[in-house]
Amino acid sequence: MTLALETIGLEKHFGGLNVTRNLSLQVKAGARHALIGPNGAGKTTVINLLTGVIAPDGGKILLEGADITAMPVHRRVRQGLSRTFQINQLFADLTPLETIGLAVAERLGQGTQMWRRRGTRPEINDEIEQHLTNFRLLDVMNEPTVTLPYGKQRLLEIALAIATGPRVLLLDEPAAGVPEIERHDILAAVANLPRDVTVLLIEHDMDLVFSFADRISVLVSGALLVEGAPDEIARDPQVKAVYLGEAHDA
Amino acid sequence: MTNQSEIAVSAARTGRWRWQEIVFWLLVLASYVLFSNRYLILTEIAWLALFALSLDLIMGYAGIVSLGHAAFFGVGAYSVGLLAKYGIINEPVIALVAAGLIAMVLGFVTSFLVIRGTDLSRLMVTLGIALLLRELANRFSDITGGFDGLQGFTIQPVLGLFEFDIFGSVAYVYCVAVLFVLFLIARRIVNSPFGLSLRAIQNNPLRAAAVGIPVNRRLVTIYSIAAFYAGVAGALFTQTTALASLDVFSLERSADLLLVLVIGGGGYLYGGIIGAVVFKILQEVFSTITPQYWQFWIGFVLVAIVLLGRDRMHRWVMWGPDFLIRRLGLRPASAVRPEGGRS
Repeated sequence: MTLALETIGLEKHFGGLNVTRNLSLQVKAGARHALIGPNGAGKTTVINLLTGVIAPDGGKILLEGADITAMPVHRRVRQGLSRTFQINQLFADLTPLETIGLAVAERLGQGTQMWRRRGTRPEINDEIEQHLTNFRLLDVMNEPTVTLPYGKQRLLEIALAIATGPRVLLLDEPAAGVPEIERHDILAAVANLPRDVTVLLIEHDMDLVFSFADRISVLVSGALLVEGAPDEIARDPQVKAVYLGEAHDA
Repeated sequence: MTNQSEIAVSAARTGRWRWQEIVFWLLVLASYVLFSNRYLILTEIAWLALFALSLDLIMGYAGIVSLGHAAFFGVGAYSVGLLAKYGIINEPVIALVAAGLIAMVLGFVTSFLVIRGTDLSRLMVTLGIALLLRELANRFSDITGGFDGLQGFTIQPVLGLFEFDIFGSVAYVYCVAVLFVLFLIARRIVNSPFGLSLRAIQNNPLRAAAVGIPVNRRLVTIYSIAAFYAGVAGALFTQTTALASLDVFSLERSADLLLVLVIGGGGYLYGGIIGAVVFKILQEVFSTITPQYWQFWIGFVLVAIVLLGRDRMHRWVMWGPDFLIRRLGLRPASAVRPEGGRS
């Protein structure tokens, strides 16, 4: 079984605080892998390390066997590693059509073209339509993103990550903050992600984790506590202790 | 497929010519006949419009603020003057392009200092570069003429055919032609995939990088292109006045330029041109009414624009035309300004 994404002894300190400690994580190709952990476990730091927003103090990150530890953010995307954000990071003034078109054009290396009119490449238009249809955005494709309902923005967040053509996708709490009536659309979109894309889901919501993941890693205080299949994790006394402990503290 | 064509049509939407734009350029053409005794101010408007278009490319589209855009204007102005003085390039159009390219090289080199950091640091760095160039021009007075300005050169006929006349009609046509050509190129650029990526960077640089856009490289590119435009504007200034003095680099010139773009609005290309027209007319009107205190009224207008908001004023101005157009069953003219344009 080949590995899509792997970290070897990843370390990150903020001052005296060790937010990531000797993290060695292996995500198999085609997996639906979830990374869970209580508040403050360092999940977001892991995402920022993987995508290159911050640099690790030690260890290595391998994408499909290639070392990407020192690669800048945009090059990792081109290598096939994409992410969504826990809090929407969208282009407020752009429409969904423009947003998706942008990502598709960049993936095809056409973002530097200054002399071509947009909308003139049938293959790009086809692909834009495909994404907009899959994520139920076709009906709002010409509305500025800032005016869309939150649930639609959340869908666009995922659609945008998919449009960059990732082989590994990091989903950072995709259903965070979505109102109950729109929640179903998001969960359906997550469930329908293409099977050939490896997904690492960072999530708080245990219902979503256990319905989605075939592999779960539990992160506590920046280090890996346990890893296993969902039923093993559900039965694990250490995991119970961590979550019950958190529940008692709260 | 129906959606296929819908997508193509929608994607090309921003690049399509609107009738308002055609009317706009017809009015520019008409100005040649209508205001044939005001070519001097019209010429000033034309190069100022090009200069503002340059600022719009970086500020309105890529979100790079500048308080030293006169640096490139000045380099273009002196380049063309020196090329003419030493007889290196005598034909104005070729000299114009050469001056633009020199400014572009400067823009490329300094872009690496500018694109880093926040808005405030960008304001300071751009301001600093302009001050620096002004003092360099002052120091090397044996080449530049220092405080007296660059003198003793004449501008040859355009394309060897059209000599600059005392009424300024050739100068005006020349400036408008250059403005129009560069406008068309800018229009093409901002509606391309490259132009879209600039708007994405302006909206959210963090996400732009996460979509695979090399943010810094794109900013360097547009900054260099804008420097070319500003250099050409400066070259037009020198060619039409046969003058280049230290004030081409002045802070006041950069600040006035910001004013022009704020008046016209950034991010839809016409803002710089409309701003230049309004700014020059206001300057003319106020300085006729009150020669000493005209800047008071410019300041007053600026405050009014910022407080009231351009969109609201635009709606007031366009209420009449829109009313007529709705009666005729056409699309309202105020829709000419697309959403997403910002000051």
